[in-house]
Amino acid sequence: MKILVCISNVPDTTTKVKFKEGDSLFDDSGVQWIINPWDELALTRALELKEDAGNSVNEICVIHVGGAGADATLRKALAIGADKAVRIDACPADAYHVAGQIAEFLKENPFDIVFSGIESSDYNGSSVGAMIAEFMDYPGISSVTAVNLDDDDIQLSRAIPGGKQVLKTETPFVAVVQKGIANEPRIPSMRGIMMARKKPLEVKAAAEMDVLTKSVKFELPAEKGACKMIESESAEQLVDLLKNEAKVL
Amino acid sequence: MSVIAFAKNWNGKFKNSTYELVSYTKELANKLNTNLIVLSIGEVSNDELNTLGKFGADKVVSVNNPQLNILTSRAYAKVIAQLAEKEAASVVVMSDNNSGKAIAPRVSVKLKAGMVAAVQELPVSLDPFVVKKRVFSGKAFGHVQIDSEKKVVTIAKNCFGLIENQVEVNIEEFAPEVDASLFKIQVIEEEEQKDKVILSDADVVVSAGRGMRSPENWAPVEELAEVLGAATACSRPVSDEGWRGHEEHVGQTGKVIAPNLYIAAGISGAIQHVAGISRSKCIVAINTDPEAPIFSVADYGIVGDVMEVLPKLTKAFRNSKS
Ligand SMILES: Cc1cc2nc3c(=O)[nH]c(=O)nc-3n(C[C@H](O)[C@H](O)[C@H](O)COP(=O)(O)OP(=O)(O)OC[C@H]3O[C@@H](n4cnc5c(N)ncnc54)[C@H](O)[C@@H]3O)c2cc1C
Repeated sequence: MKILVCISNVPDTTTKVKFKEGDSLFDDSGVQWIINPWDELALTRALELKEDAGNSVNEICVIHVGGAGADATLRKALAIGADKAVRIDACPADAYHVAGQIAEFLKENPFDIVFSGIESSDYNGSSVGAMIAEFMDYPGISSVTAVNLDDDDIQLSRAIPGGKQVLKTETPFVAVVQKGIANEPRIPSMRGIMMARKKPLEVKAAAEMDVLTKSVKFELPAEKGACKMIESESAEQLVDLLKNEAKVL
Repeated sequence: MSVIAFAKNWNGKFKNSTYELVSYTKELANKLNTNLIVLSIGEVSNDELNTLGKFGADKVVSVNNPQLNILTSRAYAKVIAQLAEKEAASVVVMSDNNSGKAIAPRVSVKLKAGMVAAVQELPVSLDPFVVKKRVFSGKAFGHVQIDSEKKVVTIAKNCFGLIENQVEVNIEEFAPEVDASLFKIQVIEEEEQKDKVILSDADVVVSAGRGMRSPENWAPVEELAEVLGAATACSRPVSDEGWRGHEEHVGQTGKVIAPNLYIAAGISGAIQHVAGISRSKCIVAINTDPEAPIFSVADYGIVGDVMEVLPKLTKAFRNSKS
């Protein structure tokens, strides 16, 4: 069984965001790039499944749609343990475009399981995984918190409001994963980093694909007013303020 | 022409977020000079469907096919896209919840309609069609233009509120084609905590962090939540340590919530935590450290020990009720 993990290359979560060209573009100068946190967890779970002898998972490939700037992030994924990486050389214009590119790749290179993160922490589009499933006409499972393969019997858990569901499905399918899928992301070891240099990172030409949306402007949120401090002895005063000033009770 | 809102039900009932969706879409339809059609899929009584009329839904299309009693994103997307084509819909609107996240992207692909998730308000402009959404996990807003003829948007919870606009509801039945091959996922087990306030729906949330020091110390958090009818939440290290379940984790990598009131006890207010709570209408912070970053995003703050302050708050809220 082969697993494809979709990787988004995003600014480190502590980045102070800035814009340029009349607030029409994200200013990426000085930005540290990381594997999107959920994608990193998805990759971790994929590697755990490969290491588990109780199933036939034997190949983990990561895929990214973007420019050469993301190669360092893909090398990191290889250092963590992915067997190979594919980069589709296209500007990741919108979710439709990215999902369409990955679907074109999948049509030529079938995988049994496709993992995608619930959202990308830059544009928060939360739609690539489900779009891939639709382009491919695959079943898709969202909000996935656990994936287990027992003798290739597929069992997934997903979060539902106030509870969880356990599901069974068949390959091929897309799982859109979130918190819980793996405990902690893996950190590349020295040996992993050395090995990653020899692993394949294949760059593929982009397919013909429409772009349906574009970002035209960015703005920063309004500054928050000062915090009103209340004495720890004055719980009643806080209750009063919440009722009569903030009017949230 | 028309605009379609997909009204999901939970065991045959709608939620406030459904009525917010209808309020929003009605306003959008008015601006576009077109009709609103609300689509309901699954078993929902006429009485319940009629409640949508309070928020301006004069036409409700109901799809009642036993195959669709369990939500399957693939099949639901097919139904929504069929209706959108039949009614020449220009925009399809859904709520940005678990099911909206699963279905909307599929509808987008089916209709080749540009999609934007979790928009914050009515479009900034209609021609071109530009919507505003949070980007970089709340550090900024982006204006996104949808260039395709058809459009799909999901709306963030609590972004619009309810607008009453009582009309008579006309219910139409619609029998789309759905074939068995769309159902490849089988639910084998389901657990639901019926007695708990659901975090993503809650108006009030009491949340606690590592400042609680140990999982045995959670009683004051739960007591305050109980008095307020609130859901409980936590910071990431608390759920990573297994002190609380993953479902309580809020923040950049957990849930993004938008309650009226968020009470943060013993939470430092790291940027990744704030990403999940900054849409709260009002934030109260309790922390021993007056320099904790949480105070720079809070509306009200108390410097003090959670183990002392929380019981006092519980008592004050209880007294104010009686
Ligand atoms: C990629 C990435 C993603 C992340 N995603 C998230 C996320 O989604 N959600 C999230 O929460 N975090 C997230 N984090 C972690 C985040 O950076 C912080 O480490 C975390 O939020 C800190 O949790 P905390 O506030 O509970 O603990 P701490 O930072 O340890 O803060 C504890 C606070 O409690 C106070 N305190 C201590 N004792 C008391 C007392 N007796 N009474 C009152 N106050 C007391 C302290 O002054 C301190 O401010 C992420 C980090 C990374 C790198």
